[in-house]
Amino acid sequence: MDFSSPDLFSTSPILALTALALVVLFLKALLKRGEDVIFGVTLIGIVICISLAVATYGRAGTAFQGMIQVGGFTNFFYLVFMVATGLTVLISRSYLQREEINFGEYYCMLLFAASGMMLIAAAQDLIIIFLGIELMSISLYVLAGFMRKRQKSNESALKYFLLGAFATGFLLYGIALLYGVSGSTRFVVIAENFPALTADPVFWIGVGLVMVGFSFKVAAVPFHMWVPDVYEGAPTTVSAFMSTGGKAAAFSGFVLVFFHAFQVGNSKITDVLAVLSAATMIIGNVIAISQQNLKRMLAYSSIAHAGYMLAGLAAGNGLGQTGIMYYLAAYTFMNVGSFGVLSVLEEQEEKNLTFDDYAGLGYKRPLIAAIMSIFMFSLSGIPPFAGFFGKYYVFAAAVKANLTWLAVVGVLTSAISAYYYLRLVVYMYFRESESAVTTEISRPSLAALVISAIGVIGLGILPSLVLDLTQGLF
Amino acid sequence: MLNSWVLSLVIFFPLVGVLFILFLRQEQARTIKIAGIAASVIDFFLSAYLFWMFDPQKPNMQFVERMRWIEGLNVSYFVGVDGISLLLIVLTTLLTPIALLSSWNAITRRLKEYVLFMLLLEVGMVGVFSSLDLFLFYIFWEGMLIPMYFIIGIWGGENRIYAAIKFFLFTLVGSLLMLVAIIWLAMYASGPSAAGGLGRFTTDLLELYRIAPVLPLGIQTWLFLGFALSFAIKVPIFPFHTWLPDAHVEAPTAGSVILAGVLLKMGTYGLLRFCLPLFPQAAVKFMPLIAILAVIGIVYGALVSMVQKDIKKLVAYSSVSHLGFVVLGIFAMNEEAIQGSLIQMVNHGLSTGALFLIVGMIYERRHTREITEFGGLCKVMPILATFFMIISLSSIGLPGLNGFVGEFLILLGSFQSRFLNTPTYAILAAFGVVLSAVYLLWMYQRVMFGSITKAENQMLKDLSVREIAVLVPIAAFVFWIGIYPSSFLGKSAASTRVLVQQVERELGMRSQVAQKPTPPNGDSPTENRK
Repeated sequence: MDFSSPDLFSTSPILALTALALVVLFLKALLKRGEDVIFGVTLIGIVICISLAVATYGRAGTAFQGMIQVGGFTNFFYLVFMVATGLTVLISRSYLQREEINFGEYYCMLLFAASGMMLIAAAQDLIIIFLGIELMSISLYVLAGFMRKRQKSNESALKYFLLGAFATGFLLYGIALLYGVSGSTRFVVIAENFPALTADPVFWIGVGLVMVGFSFKVAAVPFHMWVPDVYEGAPTTVSAFMSTGGKAAAFSGFVLVFFHAFQVGNSKITDVLAVLSAATMIIGNVIAISQQNLKRMLAYSSIAHAGYMLAGLAAGNGLGQTGIMYYLAAYTFMNVGSFGVLSVLEEQEEKNLTFDDYAGLGYKRPLIAAIMSIFMFSLSGIPPFAGFFGKYYVFAAAVKANLTWLAVVGVLTSAISAYYYLRLVVYMYFRESESAVTTEISRPSLAALVISAIGVIGLGILPSLVLDLTQGLF
Repeated sequence: MLNSWVLSLVIFFPLVGVLFILFLRQEQARTIKIAGIAASVIDFFLSAYLFWMFDPQKPNMQFVERMRWIEGLNVSYFVGVDGISLLLIVLTTLLTPIALLSSWNAITRRLKEYVLFMLLLEVGMVGVFSSLDLFLFYIFWEGMLIPMYFIIGIWGGENRIYAAIKFFLFTLVGSLLMLVAIIWLAMYASGPSAAGGLGRFTTDLLELYRIAPVLPLGIQTWLFLGFALSFAIKVPIFPFHTWLPDAHVEAPTAGSVILAGVLLKMGTYGLLRFCLPLFPQAAVKFMPLIAILAVIGIVYGALVSMVQKDIKKLVAYSSVSHLGFVVLGIFAMNEEAIQGSLIQMVNHGLSTGALFLIVGMIYERRHTREITEFGGLCKVMPILATFFMIISLSSIGLPGLNGFVGEFLILLGSFQSRFLNTPTYAILAAFGVVLSAVYLLWMYQRVMFGSITKAENQMLKDLSVREIAVLVPIAAFVFWIGIYPSSFLGKSAASTRVLVQQVERELGMRSQVAQKPTPPNGDSPTENRK
């Protein structure tokens, strides 16, 4: 196997990020009390990775004998992951300090998870998908349990690990079966033989198992049970990261496997995905209504959003793919932002996390409340914010694929979702507060929130910024 | 050339006020108020320029602006006005400064946000009336919910949270289904021309008008329902009206004025602009149902108004009744009735807006709206009593005042309408006029006449100069439209005629396609009734 220098340049974003993770690991080992240095190095490294991803954007193709895909689609997701990671790093520092878990390993695990995500988005081979998912998941298991002394955090990590390992097992078993019937783990090979393979029931079992594995990772019903507990127990900043970067990675893999290896638009796959999507939208949104804890509310909301994106996947057309990509970019900003707001207001011992704690926030912290309202309106899909265009896209894709019923389910559940998102706005603006919020908001966190808000408004008013990036990719 | 971008200026000028106010502090209350009012007054004059420059001879869209916006979806920033939207835009820009001025003393808490939301609301409202792209329309339509939601929820009455959420969710459910219908329509347009499409995904209204007549009836029915439900909730047509009394009663005075004055008109405007010309066959199919609901709304709204104890609730339910007239007129689908509906939309905006203002003025003095708390007010507040009388009579439809023009044209049109095909609707609707006289005059009598029974009422102050300034412009328009309606009807006549002809033509084409006997439009009703 020879590594040519074009291959190395094309894959430079992922190499750079992995190198960055290793550097951070060594820094942690060499420096005592080096958290500030690590924080700075991480941010600089992420900026470098973003520049590399931009520089290699046009080099669409494959590398390393077709194992890895570069440029275009992959780089789009690199950018999403980098934004998610960067924003998470920004909101993390003060949160970690407040919770007294400010250890350099945190950033290191974050970066390893991110490189796993990048591997998934670059896959052209089922083995790479598996590698990426494992790298991402194991890092996330550690991060979920990062508050060693808090019971819920431990529970979260354990639950995530056990169920996640199970789901990965399904995925791996599916990959094995697919390899068994097709003789290859390459997407290209499977795609070439797809018509012949569809006659084989074992192939469909393999497809089903792979679908289960991905459904677990994107948190689709009925494989969503872990989400509320894990998001609630994990450090809030980690929840922000898992719900955006993690979801985007899982969806990138989902799209790659189902668009590149399997024939999308195949009626069996479409039907199953459409039903999954409808169930996810309905259950996620309905259960979210009754939540009192904001982290759990956002967890169910994150399930529901997976449902909307699955509608784009079920549609299986170019519009759906663009829709998912746009949606994920928009979702990254609004969800890191929402969890970010939670993280800046959260106090030790999980205080300030219920609706009641947000009463009157609009008067106590006008800026934070205004930003949070923007995220909530965007999450419920009200124009002119980014969330609306995401929904518009995936619903348009569904209508195009003759899944109008799915679009109708989607809009009706959006109306349900408006109820609980607006409930937070009601608490923040329409109720008087009893207590005073004392938390200081650090500059990096504030910067992250402002960037997210600008992202949500900017992508809403000028959706072409993202849409143009996705043109001509498929 | 100013005319090529004056419409955008009208839509977005309030944002100048928003930007300015953002830099003010909460304590600079006076400056904030003045800035808000100034921005909206200037916007009114800009729209007056629009009104002035509008050429009534041309039925087409004027002041058209088009700019590519989202390439991938073929969406443009595409705006323009015709005679129909022109009147509503002017109504909007007239009522906004009045509403702001009326809340000079009423709003003391979080004034800055209040003025900001009012100005943003104005942008949304004018945007809705001038959008010629369904996507753009939808954005304004939905985006406008946010400021209204806050206005009801923050500055509303006792039960404001419930009312704000109910308002938001009711409207949202309707509009989301409309969104699916919009996508469906745009997708249909992307089909090949053999199947009746245009070969490209588009939400351009004028292009969609072209493919509308050949849409299969089954599809039209669904799309019509998707659009009509959204508009029916907004109007509101009975039985979708339950959000309205809550929202009206809980909203602050200015909120009620805008809600009744402009927001409800968006529903009827939508019916007129989208439902009729895009889905004419489906509209004809559903016409009996909608006409019956409209008549039920007219009578039911009036009867419920009659028994209200709270003046504001009475006015709120009267809106259900008056909007029933408008809907009936629209679905009569001839020129007289639609012209009547259009002018009635403006009338209702003026008179109901003014009634809410007057109720608000009384409330500010007494902090109650119970009719039984009053009596004999005309002795202590003669100026208010005069305005109240004028506006009540205008709302009842006294000849010489604006209400008469609209109601008369609607009744005339629906009496003759060959689509309604029976005068029954018109006769039943005429009852509504009688009932409106009953509930308004009875209420007026109980509040204004008789002897003063409550000691608190003895010392009430009459209207201040500011309050008179709020009511005078409305009263002026009440007389103007009542005495010389042509200056307004003339602007919209050509557009209405074209709309009716368009619908007739589409119906004609359709029946040829379906090989059904053509409806007798050889002697076009619009011609021989002129």
